[in-house]
Amino acid sequence: MNEQNDKEIRDLLKRSIAPITDTELRRDLWPDMLKKLSQQPVRVPWFDWALAAILSALLFVFPGTIPALLYHL
Amino acid sequence: MELLQRFAAGDLDAFEALFRQHQKEVYAWVVRIVRDRGIAEDLTVETFWRIYRARARFNPEGNFQGWARRIATNAALDHLRSARQETELPEDLPGRPEPDPAVRRETREHIQGAFHQLPAKYRLVATLALIEDEPYNKIAEATGLSAGLVKIRVFRAVRMLRKSLSSLGAPLGANK
Repeated sequence: MNEQNDKEIRDLLKRSIAPITDTELRRDLWPDMLKKLSQQPVRVPWFDWALAAILSALLFVFPGTIPALLYHL
Repeated sequence: MELLQRFAAGDLDAFEALFRQHQKEVYAWVVRIVRDRGIAEDLTVETFWRIYRARARFNPEGNFQGWARRIATNAALDHLRSARQETELPEDLPGRPEPDPAVRRETREHIQGAFHQLPAKYRLVATLALIEDEPYNKIAEATGLSAGLVKIRVFRAVRMLRKSLSSLGAPLGANK
């Protein structure tokens, strides 16, 4: 009975959702590709992030160093 | 140097040549999965973007077309996963044949709704196998699964549809 129902569902699915027949690409996508390539986000190396995290942690633990840091900037 | 070797070495001209050579095939594959022209165009570009980023991992002796199709399938699957909640099956795809008019509208809506609710990984294989009539081994190659697992997923998708339709009270025999 289940097998019969499964077969019926397969048939129903085929008749309810028609296959795509027109699969032709209407335009050249290379300009879009170039745009995406030029929008490549700037990648920050992991050690820069690590350095920033260490500096933030130090400033948080020793807030007294903030004025000294600002003075030297 | 061969085109694929130049591509793997990061040559943009080689990438452009490959893009122009394969964009139609990639689009044709993706549009059958996502069933929307605009989304398929975006996903084609996304596929080649992923290809470009992964160029160093590509073996120039390998099959570029198969590799591209696999990346395209993953991109389409990611789209199905992210868009599951908000998109409906598009009805306005030009050139798309009408569903069988012998199937009652209510039944058709039930089955389309239930199909749309399938988890993305099941909808992907069910679309390709049951609607687009793609052979299991081709789907297996594109998804990176074994043909056996594709068969199991299709079987489970059908079972899920049956359960879903039963819970909606859709009479299976009343399709005419």
